Amino acid sequence: MLDCALQPETDGELRRLIVLALQEGLPVSRYPYRDLAYDLDIGEDTLMRHIQAMLDDGAIRRIGVVPNHYALGYSHNLMVVWDIDDDQVTRIGTELGELDFVSHCYRRPRRDGWPYNLFVMVHGRSQDEVQQKIAVLRQRVGDAYRDHTALKSTRILKKTGLRLRRED
Amino acid sequence: MKALSPLDCALLNQVQKGFPLEERPFAVIAQHLGMSENAVLERLQQLDAEGVISRFGAVFEPNTVGASTLAALAVPPEHIRETAELVNAVPGVNHNYLREHEFNLWFVITGRNREELTGSLADIERKTGYPMLDLPMEQAYHIDLGFPL
Repeated sequence: MLDCALQPETDGELRRLIVLALQEGLPVSRYPYRDLAYDLDIGEDTLMRHIQAMLDDGAIRRIGVVPNHYALGYSHNLMVVWDIDDDQVTRIGTELGELDFVSHCYRRPRRDGWPYNLFVMVHGRSQDEVQQKIAVLRQRVGDAYRDHTALKSTRILKKTGLRLRRED
Repeated sequence: MKALSPLDCALLNQVQKGFPLEERPFAVIAQHLGMSENAVLERLQQLDAEGVISRFGAVFEPNTVGASTLAALAVPPEHIRETAELVNAVPGVNHNYLREHEFNLWFVITGRNREELTGSLADIERKTGYPMLDLPMEQAYHIDLGFPL
């Protein structure tokens, strides 16, 4: 008797291959899902079902085009790390994460010699614009503020995951 | 710096989020914008060629598929180059930035699971011998809906 349902392990392995392929990228073509499914040697339906499942369970935040901020003039970005009162970090984080010039806002653990628990990535078109935005953040943090520092990136030593699939 | 036309902005905003999971997604996008499917595809391919698009694909929630963390090393300035090479050669390292701080080498590292990740980090710590921070995300406060243009 043939068991047509995929076994969990097989399904997990397929899911992993699909994740890797989706990170690599979809082609900008008329049938992007069909083209990717063909590369993976699976049916278009199977691929779309897996993508839908990952959208439903939140594993995929979104599918779409990721613009190149640098090429669009948003060449100044700063990682600003904050030491925020633990009782207020969720409220403050939620508030800062909603600002349109903030692209990442994460709570991370403190460590010995590292008191910062909130990481905020700020983008702007000039150094002045970024500094103004940090001032806005400082104001929003209010009484929950203990300390902050901005870590300017001086060089990109490696950046992958921003690959284009089409090489032409 | 590349200046975008209003139509390019509308197109890029449209394709950043809520991308249709349908056979011909760009036809759906085209309909929203009152353009033809061919015009949308051609324009996106052009923007891609001009370097305005860095990627078209899925953005995953961290740690739902495998494990990842943000790590930092405090490297003496004269040893940055060889340390960066060593770190970049470790499987799973996918971003690495030099930043102005005592902890100056910042990288994102991923693994199939937390065990594999811990092993890779221990490996880096042993090979470099520099103080290291392992700062896994505890909570995300930003819902990434793209970058408004």
